[in-house]
Amino acid sequence: MTPRWLWPLLLFLFLAAALLSMGVGSAAIPLPRLLSAAFGNGDPVERAILLELRLPRTILALAVGAILGLSGAVLQGWLRNPLADPSVLGTSNGAALGAVAALYFGLAAAHPALLPVLGIAGAVISLLLLLALTRGSESPLIFILAGIAVGTLAGAGISLALNLSPNPFAAMEITTWLLGSLEDRSFRHVLLALPCIAIGLLLFAGTGRALDALSLGEESAASLGIDLGRVRMRILLGLAIGVGGAVSVTGAIGFVGLIVPHLIRPYTDRSPSAVLWPSAAGGAVLLAFADIAVRLVPTSNELKLGVVTAFLGVPVFLAHLLKERRIW
Amino acid sequence: MVALAAEHVGVRLGGRDVVRDVSMRLSAGTLVGVLGPNGAGKSSLMKALAGLLPHSGRVLLDGVDVAGLARSETARKLAYLPQGQTLHWPLAVERLVGLGRLPHLAPLSAIGPADRAAIERALQRADVAHLAGRAATELSGGERARVMLARALAVEAPALLVDEPLANLDPAHQIAGMELLRAEADAGVLVLAALHDLPLAYRHCDHILLLHEGQLAAEGPAETALTPETLARVYGISASFGSPGERLLIPRERIR
Repeated sequence: MTPRWLWPLLLFLFLAAALLSMGVGSAAIPLPRLLSAAFGNGDPVERAILLELRLPRTILALAVGAILGLSGAVLQGWLRNPLADPSVLGTSNGAALGAVAALYFGLAAAHPALLPVLGIAGAVISLLLLLALTRGSESPLIFILAGIAVGTLAGAGISLALNLSPNPFAAMEITTWLLGSLEDRSFRHVLLALPCIAIGLLLFAGTGRALDALSLGEESAASLGIDLGRVRMRILLGLAIGVGGAVSVTGAIGFVGLIVPHLIRPYTDRSPSAVLWPSAAGGAVLLAFADIAVRLVPTSNELKLGVVTAFLGVPVFLAHLLKERRIW
Repeated sequence: MVALAAEHVGVRLGGRDVVRDVSMRLSAGTLVGVLGPNGAGKSSLMKALAGLLPHSGRVLLDGVDVAGLARSETARKLAYLPQGQTLHWPLAVERLVGLGRLPHLAPLSAIGPADRAAIERALQRADVAHLAGRAATELSGGERARVMLARALAVEAPALLVDEPLANLDPAHQIAGMELLRAEADAGVLVLAALHDLPLAYRHCDHILLLHEGQLAAEGPAETALTPETLARVYGISASFGSPGERLLIPRERIR
């Protein structure tokens, strides 16, 4: 059973992360001035920092974290594989390849919206390729194999772009983007990512029951009245649109989708549906705190978010697995 | 009262006809044993009847073609337990059995008092109520088989299709399993069980479907479907039978 304190705790952490993310940055603004800036008075520079720099960054951290956490939980349930994460079906790599193409061909410099748009296109193309490879199969193994093929192909495309980069700066630009970050994201990015993420969340929202039934395998799930084909389309579309939209704006941020469901699962009845929404909240909290850490650690270059989630995530994950002594 | 009928049902898998031209008519309150050697098409026939495999011919549930019914409607009328049911997450027994209520839940609604009562009944009937809080992945083979059966019972469908529910059980649990299916049939459910154990099927089943190479080799009450001739033809074995009314069958030796 889900303990009664889980949701209050997650909501508290969510609010704390949101407020801290608004309050922390390279410009130290004391609390009273923050409040007056937030309520329309105060210094116009501080107001701009708060509303045009920190607010979109905070919204993106929470929304991207939520879709990564939720999609990880959905995929682990659907593929019945505790090692699944949003990148396992090649969607993240597909989106990254689209974005890298925008950087490589200089389209990103021509118009800033082209990078995320091509990223989403990359995610959708990778989904179509996955569907062509699996052709109506219901076997999780076939989806994982096809996903590895699609992801590896997109990864090879990214490597090719790096290989053929005309100069070190172009390669550096691509590498930096690939590390994943929320730095300098504006409301333009929010407007692009948020609708995609919202569609992704909506598509994933109706899948809980089907995922529960699938813990008995495909035949039993079908015998319990689950339309497996429809569930498959919902999940794959949610992945391409939701995660594709998120990755297109932030770059590749790993480990959140893998770790969060594992952190949540022991505090639920371990059924896939019980893990879904707490994982969305947990992902939002984790990514927002990681993004706060990025801003607080004093380094000459700002640390990239994807680097921090990896460094934070692996020890947390290992400690957790050792405590649980099992993989699910 | 439910009625299940097959009209010239055939199943083709991997270019091979695994079920050929099976026609039959079964009614509520019957315990039907689906028998036949390995590869005779028992599982494929059960899946086709449950609407889980593409098939030729028609499967009629209460006179309506199952192919035309919505999945959710079939799911409420017909519970199915596959052979060697797997479980991918360590759910508690009660939660697992509760999955059997999925066909009855309206969209966005949670499990209600009526569902909880059905789960409780299923746990009681399968004699696993004392396991309700345990993780289903940590049970013994016998407990696990009964829990999976309880999941199918929780659907409370008028037709119950179970594929080798007694595999890997000790004799006491096998007999208990047959008695459980018997009780379901006596309560008015149409029970189809794919079985390998001839003595058990002979003793407990009202009706036998004997499959041989995908075709119905014999059908009827146990005494008329399982005879020295049909056993020799289908299984290639000889058997001893008890006195009439004793319902005793003992397989003896291979004769081909």
